Amino acid sequence: MIPISYFIVLSFILFFLGIVAFFVKKDLLTQFMAVEIMLNAANLAFIAFAKSANALDGQVIVFFVITVAGAEAAIGLAIILLIFRHRKTIKTEDINLMKG
Amino acid sequence: MSYFLFFLLAIVSIASILAMILTKNQAYNALLLILAFTCTGGLFALIGASFIATIQIIIYAGAIMILFVFVIMMINIRDGIPPERKKWTIYFSIFVAVVFLAELFFALKGTLAPLSTSGIEQSSDPTSLGRLLFTEYLYPFEITSILIIAALVGSIVLVKKKENNDSN
Repeated sequence: MIPISYFIVLSFILFFLGIVAFFVKKDLLTQFMAVEIMLNAANLAFIAFAKSANALDGQVIVFFVITVAGAEAAIGLAIILLIFRHRKTIKTEDINLMKG
Repeated sequence: MSYFLFFLLAIVSIASILAMILTKNQAYNALLLILAFTCTGGLFALIGASFIATIQIIIYAGAIMILFVFVIMMINIRDGIPPERKKWTIYFSIFVAVVFLAELFFALKGTLAPLSTSGIEQSSDPTSLGRLLFTEYLYPFEITSILIIAALVGSIVLVKKKENNDSN
């Protein structure tokens, strides 16, 4: 049986890669994908801790996180589509309306 | 065997996310992310959460990423893929991420050592999960359905083209 700490360390690494992807990428869609990576890393940590605590509650939380991620993806992609329709771009450098 | 599966899934998911960071094509990014999410589903199954693994593969790799692929298809950027950020921004972002990783690691280092699989096996079949979901977590479950309705209506209202005025 694999030690649970392996899964925790893997979730750290996935979260780290999500942060790097969020800051390195420059278009809104890929940054949104990076947010999904971070959510997934958190889910992995939840499930690993639920296994180590021997409780099912962590899996229920992951169920809710996946549901909220679905709702968030629908709304976020609608907003990205709206931004593209108005500004004809999804580069974050061109969306500088609030820059002083 | 389970170690082999764990390292295979971990290496494939990390490698596909790294390839996503390095690839510039958004369609390839979405496909690589589907691979990474499928590997994460395999990891969930390896821990023993079989129902969550199924949900992960169906909802995440199936539904959400297909939504991404459709939006990529609709956006259809003509002026090429945007170039990457400036060099110092990349280094700074990697520095910030490393600092965050170190923080996480030091915060949870104490809990890593005693974490080992206990011999007691709790049944994590869909039956007990569903019983927990409909008894103890009934109110969050109902609130989630309201949230999904709100997201559905909100996304339709946001994306709908206006008929009369084309100004905004």
